[in-house]
Amino acid sequence: MKKNTYLMKGNEAIAEGAIRAGCKAFFGYPITPQTEIAAYMSNKMRESGGVYLQAESEISAINMVLGAAATGTRVMTSSSSPGISLKTETISYIAASDLPCVIVDVQRAGPGLGGIQPSQADYFQVVKALGHGDFYCLVYAPSGVGEAVEIIHRAFDKADEYRMPVIILADGILGQMMEPVCFDDEIKQDKLVEKNWATSGHQEKRPPNIVNSLILNVNSLEQKIVDRFKKYEEIKLKEVMVEEYLVDDAEIVIIAYGSTARIAKTAVDSMRADGEKIGVLRPISLWPFPNDKIEEISKKVGNILVVEMSMGQMILDVKAVVEGRCKVDFCGRTGGNVPTPTEIIDKVSSIKRGD
Amino acid sequence: MAKLTIDKDRCKACGLCVSVCPKKVLQLSEEEFNIKGYTPIKVMAIEDCIGCGMCGMICPDYVIKIEK
Amino acid sequence: MKTVFEKTKGLTDAITHYCPGCTHGISHRIVGEVLEEFEVLGKTVGIASVGCSVMSYDYFNVDMVQAPHGRAPSVATGVKRVLPDNIVFTYQGDGDLAAIGTGEVVHAAARGENITVIFINNGTYGMTGGQMAPTTLLSQVTQTTPKGRDKHNDGFPIRVCEMLSTLEGVVYAERTALDSPKGVMQTKRAVKKAFKSQIEKKGFSIVEILSTCPTNWGLTAVESLKWVEKEMTEYYPLGVYKDKTDKGVF
Repeated sequence: MKKNTYLMKGNEAIAEGAIRAGCKAFFGYPITPQTEIAAYMSNKMRESGGVYLQAESEISAINMVLGAAATGTRVMTSSSSPGISLKTETISYIAASDLPCVIVDVQRAGPGLGGIQPSQADYFQVVKALGHGDFYCLVYAPSGVGEAVEIIHRAFDKADEYRMPVIILADGILGQMMEPVCFDDEIKQDKLVEKNWATSGHQEKRPPNIVNSLILNVNSLEQKIVDRFKKYEEIKLKEVMVEEYLVDDAEIVIIAYGSTARIAKTAVDSMRADGEKIGVLRPISLWPFPNDKIEEISKKVGNILVVEMSMGQMILDVKAVVEGRCKVDFCGRTGGNVPTPTEIIDKVSSIKRGD
Repeated sequence: MAKLTIDKDRCKACGLCVSVCPKKVLQLSEEEFNIKGYTPIKVMAIEDCIGCGMCGMICPDYVIKIEK
Repeated sequence: MKTVFEKTKGLTDAITHYCPGCTHGISHRIVGEVLEEFEVLGKTVGIASVGCSVMSYDYFNVDMVQAPHGRAPSVATGVKRVLPDNIVFTYQGDGDLAAIGTGEVVHAAARGENITVIFINNGTYGMTGGQMAPTTLLSQVTQTTPKGRDKHNDGFPIRVCEMLSTLEGVVYAERTALDSPKGVMQTKRAVKKAFKSQIEKKGFSIVEILSTCPTNWGLTAVESLKWVEKEMTEYYPLGVYKDKTDKGVF
């Protein structure tokens, strides 16, 4: 299959990647820094025989996603931080109705209207609290445009496989930057999993299908949730994705995801040049979190440094796994500021000095 | 002559059919109870029934089948 | 013997959970009959809202999707856009449509979304025990207007049909009342016309059905019909508020 390389903006590559992954419906709403996804879809989705619609609110858009997902269609929406907050009630419904869909969150600085610069301060929201009730979503955090395109295809496949919402957690940097990305010439339509639960009309051939999350009987509701958590355990075993960068002989390991991980790699390259043994562990799947790998590292190194564009959120999950086996430090910026390699290097030096 | 088939267990004794029947054919029973504990309707005078269908139309629970 | 009346195939055999005399059952029957008569049961997808009628997904003999409170028109849009040849309807109460879901129904109408909205207006939040709804009449007593709805504090009831009929995308909007067999027949005619306009892909259709809530109104089923006929139709005049079913809106 001949491949072509294009220089593309992250948001647009994500949209193109979704179309190539067989996404047949997109419902969006403008919000910086992700609006190019919707703009691209408004241009290209119909060309590929799909549905594009700009809703009157993020709430309405995610409910259109629920409707399209119920019919078995591959469907996506995208937004940024405040918009994701608006969508969370229905994301809970989608998870509780066992419906597959893909949601792209290009984070901006919060809280409130905040700013439009990049941030990772929605980690808690996306990984732990995308709505009311006991449920989780698969969360992928790409750190490059090329990786984002691969991951979005995976997201649609996993959403269908596990019948759940899958979140692409990006940030303004990834959304707005341009990088070369390769695409196959034609779009290969892979065989989609059969969805006999879909509400697309019973054609008088089967009893009605019902997509619903209301279960008033406490035992039935509990059983439904417990069964869903068995699925989550299976996902934790099979779907963790993590990248190790120069971790094997590292004495200090930096844990960072998305754009921050790239900055950490730059810092590590410079420290390695000075003979420092530093590495980066980059979670690609934030849920399921790479617990085993972090536990293993915490037994080998004296220090872990977590770098985030927030006041520190993922660090709590790291500490929960490390359980005090080694020191865990934090270095981060928020409000839309981006940590620099120098800041990371200075922090590592201070850790080594035992400040 | 018309024929009414009453599905007693569906009836919730709301009395709407009784109130619209032009010929007073239907009444709520006093002593009989259905599975939900309601006193379902009873056909009192089938010979007066003209099969107009109004009882079926106003019934929220599809209790009455009407043939003519 | 010819059957004059029997339960429609458009409904399942389930016994409904609705209170005795609640006219939800009649609206369900009318929608079921119309879908059966148009022979579209096999390609219909119904959207249940949140309220007493949430469990309508157990009663309609079509594929059903249960939507978050107020969002049924958007869920319906999502279904209809990907299945344009299917018949899609929402079944919503006044709390769902005229309170939390006002934005959704207004924009679905403005888009001329080819769906049919069955809007049950009984002036209260039934499932939660009879609180004031946007359609509660002035001076009407509810659990949250114990001294009667007061316009200075609670504002004015919303007339949905009139409001939506100003939108270009609406092809058909009618208000009927389930206050008598005549009202039932008129409602069926309206629902039939609404679904027909959808089948002919002519735009957004809505039927606002004035309905009873005996339990929360504190009236008998028979008295409730009178209340609809006397009190509700006064503030909510019956009639057709938009009819572009000849040419459609596009």
